[in-house]
Amino acid sequence: MPFVLPVLYAVVIVAVLPLLAGYIVLMERKVMADMQARLGPMRVGPHGLLQPIADAVKLLLKEDIIPDKADRLMFWFAPLVSVTMALLAYSALAIGPAFQIADLNIGLLFILAISSLGIYGIVLGGWASNSHYSLLGALRSAAQLVSYETAAGLGLISVLLLAGSLSMKDIVQAQSDQGVWFGFSVPFGFFIYLVGSIAETNRAPFDLPEAESELVAGYMTEYSGFRWSLYFLAEYANMVIVAGIATTLFLGGWLRPGARYHEHIPGTGIEWLDALPALLTLGVALYSLKLAPKQPVKIQKIVMVLVAVLCLGVAGVLAGALLAPPAVMQGIHGAFWFMAKVFAYIYAFLWIRFTFPRYRFDQLMRLGWRFLIPLALVNVIGVGVAIVLRQQFAWGPIVSLIPTTLATLGVAMLLAKDDVPVSEAQMADGE
Amino acid sequence: MIPVDYYLFLSLALFTIGVIGVLTRRNVIIMLMSIELILNAVNINLMVFSRLWGTVDGQVFAIFIITDAAAEAAVGLGIILAFFHNRETVLADEMDIMKW
Amino acid sequence: MQTLNQALFIFFAALAVASAILMVTRRNIVHGAVFLITTLLSTAGIFLLLQAEFLFIVQIILYVGGIMVLFVFVIMLVNLDVSMRQVQFNRQWFVAGALALVLAAQFLFAVWTVRKPGVLRLPAIATEISPKNTEAVADALFSHYMLPFEIASILLLVAMIGAVVMAKRRVE
Repeated sequence: MPFVLPVLYAVVIVAVLPLLAGYIVLMERKVMADMQARLGPMRVGPHGLLQPIADAVKLLLKEDIIPDKADRLMFWFAPLVSVTMALLAYSALAIGPAFQIADLNIGLLFILAISSLGIYGIVLGGWASNSHYSLLGALRSAAQLVSYETAAGLGLISVLLLAGSLSMKDIVQAQSDQGVWFGFSVPFGFFIYLVGSIAETNRAPFDLPEAESELVAGYMTEYSGFRWSLYFLAEYANMVIVAGIATTLFLGGWLRPGARYHEHIPGTGIEWLDALPALLTLGVALYSLKLAPKQPVKIQKIVMVLVAVLCLGVAGVLAGALLAPPAVMQGIHGAFWFMAKVFAYIYAFLWIRFTFPRYRFDQLMRLGWRFLIPLALVNVIGVGVAIVLRQQFAWGPIVSLIPTTLATLGVAMLLAKDDVPVSEAQMADGE
Repeated sequence: MIPVDYYLFLSLALFTIGVIGVLTRRNVIIMLMSIELILNAVNINLMVFSRLWGTVDGQVFAIFIITDAAAEAAVGLGIILAFFHNRETVLADEMDIMKW
Repeated sequence: MQTLNQALFIFFAALAVASAILMVTRRNIVHGAVFLITTLLSTAGIFLLLQAEFLFIVQIILYVGGIMVLFVFVIMLVNLDVSMRQVQFNRQWFVAGALALVLAAQFLFAVWTVRKPGVLRLPAIATEISPKNTEAVADALFSHYMLPFEIASILLLVAMIGAVVMAKRRVE
């Protein structure tokens, strides 16, 4: 029965994902609050931990309004497309060495293809609403997605040349073989993919199509209740997918940081870095316990203690895995490192959102077409040169990519310089 | 196994529907879409024979056909847009400026 | 495995033909475009059944994710409410349909007379599966078919220039 395990994984992912998306929203609101020197949601549940559940209940109970002249078939169909494509992309993502729904030979291309199908959810949704704002927002969003898809894809190609395969497992294996994560050896590829992925998921500073102060809510304006929550789920699921791709290609997937560092804890066979996950979770548990007595309300104290117990449980699992056979340990610790890196990438998304002002649409398109794509092309050519240096002249894995990085940096500085509009420079001179 | 003929019949059905679409519809955009359908039917044919003979030449040819279709769709839609800006119509019957 | 293969083929083939018929008969062009997207996705599924993984992905990324997005964009930029209320089929629909059926009958005859059971059989999957479809296509594309590849890139350049020129606003 070869289908049991993949179906089980698929069910787990589809069941966990809405909850995960909800809690990423909560995390975003708390991080935004922290960066803006306030507290964020605190009312619903202790420290706002039940906020996503309250939001979900509210959205499900809202009235389902369909505009009068809207195209009913498309109105019903568009959020479905968005959500289906967002969830379908998880089937090729490798969360651990053994936790993957399908190890496709063309895994990476499959995820890219499915993500590019998500555009239809946006375009058809904007069209079906039969409203000017929605259509404009949808067309702008689709144009932005198509442009930055090209740039992000080219950024990925530079890494694919080094990995030599499209299968997600093989790419992580190549990083393990070469001893360096591709994010460090090809930093410009990482940068291009980072910017491209922020634009792909319609996040700030590229969120003009759906910003609150611009076209109302862009293509989502006329959707309410459950349909809106489908779009919302699709957006956050897309964020996790994009973080997953970046982690697999640039941050080493499930590899432990410092995979070649084998110092053991004196007296046992356990390496320091292998004990790190358990120690980190233990640290979080102890911190929660320390904060528990200082809570003003009793229920918050109880929740803090529960959080501490949960973290202790996770620490116990991680520590217990150290004593299990290597395959199990690889699996569990691999999943932990993968999730940690995905969360770090998502935290970077949130951080960037609350730091930079929004791009205007023409500035956005100029950035994509006239800066990122030429930069990505130069990067790809540079990586090709690096491969020749490796194979013909036997340079090392990191050293061979230094000329690439320098060349791309030079081109980036050149391109950035001639982007300043002339009138601005003249105005500055005139003052 | 699925016999080759079934794939050929499928490709034939899609080709015929595409031809009917091109010949009977008035709207130029739907005519273009039917042409894409015809090209897809041809692609299915190529893929089946590439699989039958175990070579990849058919698949390479199919890649070129898809590239061609992209180029043709881009230019064709550009022409349709330009014509629409001038004459406000996309119906083939009404595009008769060059008639005597 | 056999029955799954057959079931998938029947599903994709039925979906492709049904969507194609729906596409050429819709009054609303956006619906027509969506049905063409469904047809193209079913064709991609058929490619995957024939173990052409790279073409499956190319079909989805280029055709569905590129060409059809272009179609949908143009459909939305062109105001089609007027044309939706007019007659959809032209005056020669009967003759055209009859001719198309004659063409189909010719093809059918050609295929029917050549089929002999056992001659045109696809080899069984287990012996033929090659995990290196992408590599094989890339090998062929960059060695034997290098010239057509370069010509195709020039074709795409010409098409890009043509599309930009056609869609430009005339500076009076």
